[in-house]
Amino acid sequence: MTLKTLTTLALSGVLVAGTAAADLVIPDLSYRTGPYAAGGTPFSDGYQDYFNLLNARDGGIGGETVRIVECETGYNTEKGVECYEATKSEGALIYQPLSTGITYQLIPKTTADEIPIHTMGYGRTSAANGEVFPWVFNYPANYWDAASVMVNYLLEENGGSLDGKTIALVYHNSAYGKEPIRTLEALSAEHGFEFTQIAVDHPGQEQKSQWLQIRRERPDFVLMWGWGVMNQVAVQEASNINFPMENFIGNWWAGAEHDVTPAGAGANGYKSLNMNRIDADLPVFADITSMVHDAGNAAGDGSNIGSVLYTRGMYAAMLAAEAIAKAQEIHGVADVTPAMVRDGMEALEITNARMEELGMAQIGPEFSVSCENHGGSGLGIVQQWDASAGNWVALTDYIAPQDAVIDGLIAEDSGAFAAENNITPGCL
Amino acid sequence: MSADFLYGIEVVLNGLMAGVMYALVALGFVLIFKASGIFNFAQGVMALFAALTLVGIMEGQVPFAHIINATFGTELHHFGWEVPAILAITCTVGVMILFAWAVQRFLFRHLVGQEPIILFMATIGLAYFLEGMGDLMWGSDIKTLALGLPQGGSRWIEDATAGLGGDDFYGFFIDKLDMVATVVAIVLVAGLIAFSQYTKHGRAMRAVADDHQAALSVGISLNFIWILVWSLAGFVALVAGIMWGAKSGVQFSLSLIALKALPVLMLGGFTSIPGAIVGGLIIGVGEKLFEYLVGPMVGGATENWFAYVLALLFLVFRPQGLFGEKIIERV
Amino acid sequence: MLYREAGDYKTSYTADSQTFPIAFDRYRYWVVLAVSFLVIPFFITDYLVNALFMPFLIYAIAAIGLNILTGYAGQVSLGTGGFMAVGAYACYKLMTAFPDVNILIHVVLAGGITALVGTAFGLPSLRIKGFYLAVATLAAQFFLVWLFNKVAWFYNYSASGQISAPERMVFGVAVTGPNTPAWASYLVCLVFVTISALIARNLTRGALGRQWMATRDMDIAAEIIGVNPLKAKLTAFAVSSFFVGISGALFFAVYLGAVEVGEVFGINKSFLVLFMIIIGGLGSIFGAFAGAAFLVTLPVFLKLIGVDLFGWPTDLVAHLQLVIVGFLIMFFLVKEPHGLAQLWRLAKEKLRLWPFPH
Repeated sequence: MTLKTLTTLALSGVLVAGTAAADLVIPDLSYRTGPYAAGGTPFSDGYQDYFNLLNARDGGIGGETVRIVECETGYNTEKGVECYEATKSEGALIYQPLSTGITYQLIPKTTADEIPIHTMGYGRTSAANGEVFPWVFNYPANYWDAASVMVNYLLEENGGSLDGKTIALVYHNSAYGKEPIRTLEALSAEHGFEFTQIAVDHPGQEQKSQWLQIRRERPDFVLMWGWGVMNQVAVQEASNINFPMENFIGNWWAGAEHDVTPAGAGANGYKSLNMNRIDADLPVFADITSMVHDAGNAAGDGSNIGSVLYTRGMYAAMLAAEAIAKAQEIHGVADVTPAMVRDGMEALEITNARMEELGMAQIGPEFSVSCENHGGSGLGIVQQWDASAGNWVALTDYIAPQDAVIDGLIAEDSGAFAAENNITPGCL
Repeated sequence: MSADFLYGIEVVLNGLMAGVMYALVALGFVLIFKASGIFNFAQGVMALFAALTLVGIMEGQVPFAHIINATFGTELHHFGWEVPAILAITCTVGVMILFAWAVQRFLFRHLVGQEPIILFMATIGLAYFLEGMGDLMWGSDIKTLALGLPQGGSRWIEDATAGLGGDDFYGFFIDKLDMVATVVAIVLVAGLIAFSQYTKHGRAMRAVADDHQAALSVGISLNFIWILVWSLAGFVALVAGIMWGAKSGVQFSLSLIALKALPVLMLGGFTSIPGAIVGGLIIGVGEKLFEYLVGPMVGGATENWFAYVLALLFLVFRPQGLFGEKIIERV
Repeated sequence: MLYREAGDYKTSYTADSQTFPIAFDRYRYWVVLAVSFLVIPFFITDYLVNALFMPFLIYAIAAIGLNILTGYAGQVSLGTGGFMAVGAYACYKLMTAFPDVNILIHVVLAGGITALVGTAFGLPSLRIKGFYLAVATLAAQFFLVWLFNKVAWFYNYSASGQISAPERMVFGVAVTGPNTPAWASYLVCLVFVTISALIARNLTRGALGRQWMATRDMDIAAEIIGVNPLKAKLTAFAVSSFFVGISGALFFAVYLGAVEVGEVFGINKSFLVLFMIIIGGLGSIFGAFAGAAFLVTLPVFLKLIGVDLFGWPTDLVAHLQLVIVGFLIMFFLVKEPHGLAQLWRLAKEKLRLWPFPH
């Protein structure tokens, strides 16, 4: 059986490779199954719907149609590798894996294969240093920006001083969850707040100990780096111990609708960070509804439109499409290669006027990318959950992180990576 | 009394409550293992499947909507009605009984008399099958369980005990959902014991657990008893699914609660219903207390492994588990 | 007429007790080896090696290791993921501490370190038996993963807590890191699989293997006839962990290149490898291969059929994949309860009598 299977597979592999045509291939490593399906599905829907909209409305990007190749990873690293190899041979232009684990796999692989990878607000933070990671982009913001934005927000709320306050970090006990610790430690030394870390083991269904500890110690603010079931349980437990929800701030992967709805009214007032503004009335959604959904081309069941993660997926697709357009402009060809897309990403400039023109005014901050800085501006907003209305309300405008602290940390970590892997930093 | 000591008591109390939640999951394993010697790996997935079905029926979801839409190009989502909770629970129990019958009819009837490891493997297949089936039928998004179960700390207990330990003590925190779970668990265990002691089928069930051959020879239908046991386990899975799902919403991760039940089973013994309860309580208190006392020194998140270390310590002294049948070895 | 003992005269005891007593089997064995060493490397692509061959080969090593412990010595283990993590982290620490030493030596050393750790966690097996023993290995699983996540020394204090394999050469060809050619990573895994299978096969046929099997079948009886249970059980743990450690080291260094311990070596891995040996067949080296092939290639195959051939939505295919894998496990079981290896054995028996079965 094995041999037969293998030959069939080999044959179908050849067939797949043979079908690659001269259009723009965008792989979508999605996860609509497994423990994180609730987060992966709306993101992937938004990502695909936007490219389908471009195909339907503008005939693709620069006259070239976009072909989306979806591959289900289930948030599993091994399946992610399989998906990468399967889509790579089709001429994939840009990867958006939406998983920290898969990102770490792909960073060396995409660098060797010379395909750009865009990890929007996740993945390896120090990849913001484009001189060490020329093929990795994590604009518009990264985790260390997020931690700093949160602290800056709290500073502003507390009249510019956090002296003597305590901030607890509830984090998923993994590489992802541990990301903000160094930044928060550095910021705690600078601003004089007391910083405690509370780890939650995967999957995070049972967090009684952690929240009893919070109840005992009564920190002034609780920040959270969570994902999957951990978010829903944490919001529920916080409301159980009557923790003031307005002092509980999640990062941008802990701030979607499905994170708060299971807790019902108890979640009212919970805050989270966001890197993109939520506005269900954006003109682009009307276009997607009329030209993609009504035409029967919706990526999912069409129910997620306008939600937090759907909007973020669409935003990611917009950034990719803009980078491809930029690459076409720089190189003067419509049928771009991955290396050209990388050049486009490095020259990317997002302005308010351009976002307005695309029908998504103010969806993200203005930023520009350069060879030295692949991380964008790092701005984020704070939003709050209104349980009775059932939607997120933006509380602030885009808040800037404290670049001086973060730049130092990025230089340190990327320098260590460069030394370990014999990379001479420099622009391509 | 010092605040630290009182907080220690609070941790113990909450550990006991958490233990009850673990025991709810472990009960399902024990029922099936006792009656048929099957270690049912699919118990966690059954809890997920039962809870998904309950929510699906309550909200009037169309089963298999996604695959129907993808095949026929339709736009089905909901029937447009909502079913009251009691009726929906009854329907879900019906589905679980149907499931029990199907498992018996199509799987275990063909595997009578096989070794335990083979039966275990069959439940692995069952777990895969049921996991895919649940997703296909009801979709993989997070669903809110709107049964109206009370949630949150009890204000009354908190206020009543707030003065005990000075200013640093804020009163005991007891989750109302945990109290409900405790009551449910007591009723469930009492019901199961009453059923197995005082009813005809219950006695037949115990006879089968004791000795298949002898039970068969006095005219007990093994087939019927096994369907009964799987139905009961399905019902227990539904209760566990509701209790855990009330906290986190009904989603894939619900199937992972089986991992929390494993140390409980090892500690309490696979064949004892009281063992599952006592084991659950010991594990709950042990892991919470360890996290409270030692956790901060070693960086926290110790609960997952400490539960097993605790069970291991007990087993070194009692290799058959606390309430397990004594292992008599003959050559 | 092909598959016969007749006419294959054995003239020495060595020949009589060889692994493949039937001539056809011996030729088949050499043909398989020749094809995998001399033909496949020339046709292998990045996709084939990363999606199929490497996971298959590496899981096969882990399955051989677990099969020695569970299938031959009868000790149930759910700590495979944790022991694989020991192999991976040992390999990482060795690779970064002694960059000039050959990576293949590091992999073997990582196996040795895992053997020590495995033996330590095997000690409770002297007292606890059956399903209950799984608790000791589960404790190992969760504790080891927690440890590697917590103690920064294991991941060289990197900010992310991930470990990533630097590039290492063997005979001037990269075998770890992103620039590894497909055939090189394939061959490295293949060499380890072949040697592991040879060692395992011969160990299980020898005195040690018979001691393991005696302990498995009835440990008290084995003790009475002079098998030292301490030695039998602990050697099983050591040998098994050695192979599991090697597979963990390869999994990290050659296959994935970067690893986060909780995600890659979690409890799911332990269950997956256990499923492989049960589905393949307990107490059979062939079973380890069959089980690994079944659980690695079948999902990929189903995905290719569903997504590329029929063009179904990927999530639907992923759900159907679970249903089909689950159904096939149950179906095979109802037809043949002792795993794929028994199916193979029966097929061979039938072949011997064919075409005159009576």
